[in-house]
Amino acid sequence: MTFDLSIPSQLMQALTPELVLMAGAMILMLGAAWKSESAEHQRRIGYGSIGVLLLTLATVLWFNSRGLSSGPGVIAVDGFRFAADSLFILGALGTVMLGIEYNGREGIWSAESHVLVLFATSGMMIMAAARDLMIVFLGIEMMSIAVYVLAGMNRRSPRSAEAALKYFLLGAFSTGFLLYGIALVYGSTGSTNLTTISEHIVQYKLGHQSMLLIGIGLLLVGFAFKVAAVPFHMWAPDVYEGAPTPITAYMAAAVKAAAFATFLRVWRESFDLLDFAWLVPLWWIAAATMVYGNVVALAQRNVKRVLAYSSIVHSGYLLVAIAAGTSSGSAAFLFYLLAYTLATFGAFAVVCAMSRAGDRDLEITDYEGLWRVRPGMAIGMAVCMLALLGFPVFGGAGFWSKVYVLAAAEATPFRHLVPLTVLLVLASVISAGYYLQIVRVMFMKPRPEGAPDPAPMGTMTRVVLAVSVVLVLLVGLVPARVIGWARENQPAPPKALSAAKAP
Amino acid sequence: MLAEALAISAVLFTIGVIGVLTRRNAIIVFMCVELMLNAVNLSFVAFSKLYGATGQVFVVFVMTVAAAEAAVGLAIIISIFRHQETVNLKDINLLRG
Repeated sequence: MTFDLSIPSQLMQALTPELVLMAGAMILMLGAAWKSESAEHQRRIGYGSIGVLLLTLATVLWFNSRGLSSGPGVIAVDGFRFAADSLFILGALGTVMLGIEYNGREGIWSAESHVLVLFATSGMMIMAAARDLMIVFLGIEMMSIAVYVLAGMNRRSPRSAEAALKYFLLGAFSTGFLLYGIALVYGSTGSTNLTTISEHIVQYKLGHQSMLLIGIGLLLVGFAFKVAAVPFHMWAPDVYEGAPTPITAYMAAAVKAAAFATFLRVWRESFDLLDFAWLVPLWWIAAATMVYGNVVALAQRNVKRVLAYSSIVHSGYLLVAIAAGTSSGSAAFLFYLLAYTLATFGAFAVVCAMSRAGDRDLEITDYEGLWRVRPGMAIGMAVCMLALLGFPVFGGAGFWSKVYVLAAAEATPFRHLVPLTVLLVLASVISAGYYLQIVRVMFMKPRPEGAPDPAPMGTMTRVVLAVSVVLVLLVGLVPARVIGWARENQPAPPKALSAAKAP
Repeated sequence: MLAEALAISAVLFTIGVIGVLTRRNAIIVFMCVELMLNAVNLSFVAFSKLYGATGQVFVVFVMTVAAAEAAVGLAIIISIFRHQETVNLKDINLLRG
């Protein structure tokens, strides 16, 4: 069915998945405040959050299966939204599951930590649905404000507080750029609706209007901050290191996915016809991100920091998919996000299980000889590292995700993307230096004398690791089906106008 | 009128950006961020004279969000002050490579 978004009741129906999640989160928030903080209450609210997330996931999948669409309006009802939503919910599920056991160990008894993940996820779902820059802004802020708090959730740790401060200041700073970009785009096109913007750009031949171009540039800066692309990445390693590990996983996977999903929708639905004026800065950002992130990652000794730089690097790869700008680029983008989310969660599940109270044992040297004491963890970590590297067969989905991005970039009519694909391959080769390093110390080094055995994994952590690893390998076996799913679910470029190009 | 309002907004925004980049007190940095947001609000109001109410609606949203952000931000600054007894960003450097 087609929703008429100008009728409030139909707009509400179109937003059902978000409303389910928000209602559940509010009830749980009341529940969290009902009793005083305790380990048991924290766990109970965590289980409740998992329940609400599963319910939302079911709603999203049900909506997706009905083949819904919508008329013009502030939100989109399409496959891309629901596909992105399912990724965010998977990420949130992983976070809450890791969080329940991590919080128990670290003595973080505030039950709100799980509920805030739900609030942040509802912000992400709004972002994926937004077809109006106003809603984009609201979604980003709903997500960001909750994640600022989550980064500082470990109140006893000065490092966590510092991470929260840095994330907050840089996040608010980037919001300023994003907003100014929105203001200038609104000023030059007279609308905040993505579809109307693209129509007006064509109709009034705004392709070379300087206010619009400055606005787009500022939007690009704002989004580059949110996805931690070089040179707007400096907050990421510090914040990722200081934040509680499950929240780091959430930031590396879901927050990044949400920022990218909005980025892709805004770019494809509004500025697709703009003669690619934005392509040059995007090209340079992608190139700098891939090269710089990889080189600096080689020098890191802390596993969380390695994964932080790895997430910066993967932003670069994803930017290549966005720069391709075609529908196969969007499909590769979605496939990449799926593979990246799974591999990241698997890796962070191991990091969570390895670290002991107080977040110690996070150096690469602490992983030496892990194979001998905890073979399951070592194998899981190895698969995730190989997936992030893009290794064939053993890296499963990671390999195919890079293949699809490269194929999409090669197939575009713009020849200047070819150097970018060469850079992507070279960058992947450099990244072997740190991904394989972790695999090497786990399998080939002896366990150092007197090194304590890591505690056995909790049930939840084990489930997160097992599911991620199995899915990574499974998707690697049937990539064609998954890329088919990604092809069906992508943002709609302005159809009626694609014949007429902006001047 | 529009040109003047936009020029003032651009100047305010730039002052805010320079403030964020040069000042080292967390509270002042935060104030500069608020200055940036309010500069943007000025642009929105100026544009809404041309295009109707959308810009003004946007301003209401921005103010609401800025208030929520201030609540969270000040709480974070207080929590860091409890740990470190300072809000000077130069002295807050536990996390570094």
